[in-house]
Amino acid sequence: MKKSERIAGNVAGYVDDRTGAAKWLRKNLTKVFPDHWSFMLGEIVLYSFIILLLSGTFLTFWFDPSQRDVIYQGSYEPLKNIEMSASYASTLHISFDVRGGLLMRQIHHWAALIFMAGMIAHLMRVFFTGAFRKPREANWLIGVGLVTLGIVEGFLGYSLPDDLLSGTGIRIAEAIIQALPVVGSYLAFFAFGGAFPGHVFIPRIFTVHVLLLPGIFLALITIHLMLVWYQKHTQYPGPGRTEKNVVGYPLMPIYMAKAGGFFFIVFGVTALLGAVASINPIWLYGPYNPGQISAGSQPDFYMGWLDGLVRMAPPIETHAFGHTISWNILIPGLIIPGILFTLMALYPFIESWMTGDKNEHHLLDRPRNNPNRTAIGAMSLAFILVILINGGNDIIATHFALTINQIMWFTRIGVIVIPPITFVITKRICLSLQRADREKVLHGRETGRLVMLPHGEFIEVHEELTPAQKFTLTQHEQNRALEVPASDANGVLNPQGLKGKLRARFSQAHVEQIPAPTESEAKALEGGHH
Amino acid sequence: MTNEISKFQDPGLPEHVHRKTDIDPKAADRAERQVAILFVLSAIFTVVAIYSYIFIPDDRFFFLPIMGDTNAHQLLLGIGMAFALLFIGLGLVHWAKMLMPDTEVIAERHEFRSPDEDRADFVSTVKVQAGAAGLGRRSLIKRTLGLALGISALTPLVMLRDLGPLPKKELEKTSWKTGTRLVTDPGDRPIRPEDLEVGAVAQVLPELAEGQERTLADIGKDAVLLIRLRPTEFQLDAQRLSWTHDGIIAFSKICSHMGCAVALYEQQTKHLLCPCHQSTFDVTRAAKVIFGPAARPLPQLAIMVDKDGYLVAQQPFTESVGPSYWERSS
Repeated sequence: MKKSERIAGNVAGYVDDRTGAAKWLRKNLTKVFPDHWSFMLGEIVLYSFIILLLSGTFLTFWFDPSQRDVIYQGSYEPLKNIEMSASYASTLHISFDVRGGLLMRQIHHWAALIFMAGMIAHLMRVFFTGAFRKPREANWLIGVGLVTLGIVEGFLGYSLPDDLLSGTGIRIAEAIIQALPVVGSYLAFFAFGGAFPGHVFIPRIFTVHVLLLPGIFLALITIHLMLVWYQKHTQYPGPGRTEKNVVGYPLMPIYMAKAGGFFFIVFGVTALLGAVASINPIWLYGPYNPGQISAGSQPDFYMGWLDGLVRMAPPIETHAFGHTISWNILIPGLIIPGILFTLMALYPFIESWMTGDKNEHHLLDRPRNNPNRTAIGAMSLAFILVILINGGNDIIATHFALTINQIMWFTRIGVIVIPPITFVITKRICLSLQRADREKVLHGRETGRLVMLPHGEFIEVHEELTPAQKFTLTQHEQNRALEVPASDANGVLNPQGLKGKLRARFSQAHVEQIPAPTESEAKALEGGHH
Repeated sequence: MTNEISKFQDPGLPEHVHRKTDIDPKAADRAERQVAILFVLSAIFTVVAIYSYIFIPDDRFFFLPIMGDTNAHQLLLGIGMAFALLFIGLGLVHWAKMLMPDTEVIAERHEFRSPDEDRADFVSTVKVQAGAAGLGRRSLIKRTLGLALGISALTPLVMLRDLGPLPKKELEKTSWKTGTRLVTDPGDRPIRPEDLEVGAVAQVLPELAEGQERTLADIGKDAVLLIRLRPTEFQLDAQRLSWTHDGIIAFSKICSHMGCAVALYEQQTKHLLCPCHQSTFDVTRAAKVIFGPAARPLPQLAIMVDKDGYLVAQQPFTESVGPSYWERSS
């Protein structure tokens, strides 16, 4: 026995003597994970979270989360002798007088953008493939929670430097709090320790940003991953892949190397961005002053949609009985986002109600095979994209020589018109893709090779698919619509009432699809002209 | 259903295809060397990073296309760190793809649902244990426990009270009083009408009394924008016109929508634009909202000239400045 093997054996023995975990460890070290590029999106999120923890810890060693006034004396000449908050001054100190400080600040900010973008991409993957279905609804809910908290965490993070741009963002957040009916001005005064901006907000959100929210993230991510582990990963359909198995590679050594390596790749790419791509150059904005502002004030992209919604809101306020309700803030700032996130969180339950599907699902859907869900997803994306465009209307206006008014009216109308159009078009595209699949299975793949027959007729050669390809294109379940019970046993007409009718209508829309070709159809065709 | 029966059959996992590194020892050795080279490259870049940290001064800039003036210290430190990490990652992945076994493994999955008797057993256990505690029978305990738990959450909530003072009339008040001089920001110099040419804009604040300090919270409510037009360009009613002085009109600079500084003035159109959400106000018509989400005009400050010829406020603002809130009465 080699020395290294003996040591490994001793370590394993030591652990097992004290935990009895040998069997559990053996099973879990060889746990099988399926391979697909889209499964790496969630990994990117996890890794950028670790990068955020590491780079964020580095930044806290120098950052001074305080709004006490100081006179800047650092090495950045243009701001010398200017009065500013300690948090802005210490951010300048990190950027100019701590070696590698600017690099770490930029890595931290880029990692935050990658964290958010990764979550959104991962969420889209899970949505469009139906991975949220039973038994994974809980993980979907945790995911929606993580996205929501991620938006808050990112906003608090870029608010900490207390520069002119971020202070403007806080000003807007304060206006949203202040707009809440009845309790608004009280909550605002409690949050800010008095009139805006006060001297306590930055230290308070610092604690939330570095302790409270990261702690919640850590807990939620742990549960998220434990559930993935326990429930085993979903897999894409294909030959040999069923609802009853997982086909892939073992954790040890393949995924330890691949996932471990991928962590370093994500970190490397983030560090490269931090090295070459300037982000949030706070020294150009100056310290926050509520009487000043810079043109082209833009939040980070994951807040942009919210800002776009606020920008397009019609100017409506109610003034009655000595009170004011700002619909122009409440509707775009709280009500619509609240509805959006609630619908997103409830979607797995809504879909299972619509389809009546209560089965476990471990094989993913190809998005085309569930046209209604894919169309709902595309519609939601279209909505977000339109309002995101409006969030950047000032930048777009200057870059494309348009007026803000044109963009505003385009998006105000577009936000109502474009999503339903997207729904219809997406659904049609999905059905067309299903037809194309059917064609391919029954008539083979178009090769583009033209052949002239002896009697002069030109035909295109079609190549028959392999059995594996045919199976992959036809394996999906095709559910039938739920029927409205016309009358129950006692002769009562439609006992479920409007709810039942509605459910049947939704269910009908949801199952609309092209019948998957069957082997008998293929055989019948073979007997025919081929 | 006939459809089910005649579905295309699952042909099963395709036969495993061996990689070149599985059958050719030379190819495997080559892959091993490639992985090793990647790891060595990583180590070299770590040296680059540490060298840059120690030896490149952090005030040296050089020009790079696209990036412009670039700090050599920051760039090389970052690139060293980035590639050191990247090459470790690439090496690990290359190792896994080339040399580790790539035979697909099948693991069985089991339905999560427990057998019916286990479920029934669980439910009955819960019932028995709950019954042992008397939860069902002793409703007095249940209710009082619920009360105690529910009400105990109030203490921490109440203890948040000292986060800040009550708003009282704070949001209605600004530092502007009858006769308060308008002073420049920055500079704190009083202004005479002749200091402003037609078409000019100035940001002003109320003059501070001796020994008084100006806080950011003050600026957040007091900031005023002074604009001078030709008196004939105004389309104001008699009262609002009397609040101007010789073509000079004053508005709160704090947006009536969400409180950003309304700082963009278009001289040609005489529009004020808020850069946050593009609310647009017409200066000639008392800052009437002509576009965007703001629902109210910017509050106008009545101004006049005092006996020394300086601009002063005729009276405090007649309405609250800044964004709306529940208690706002107009």
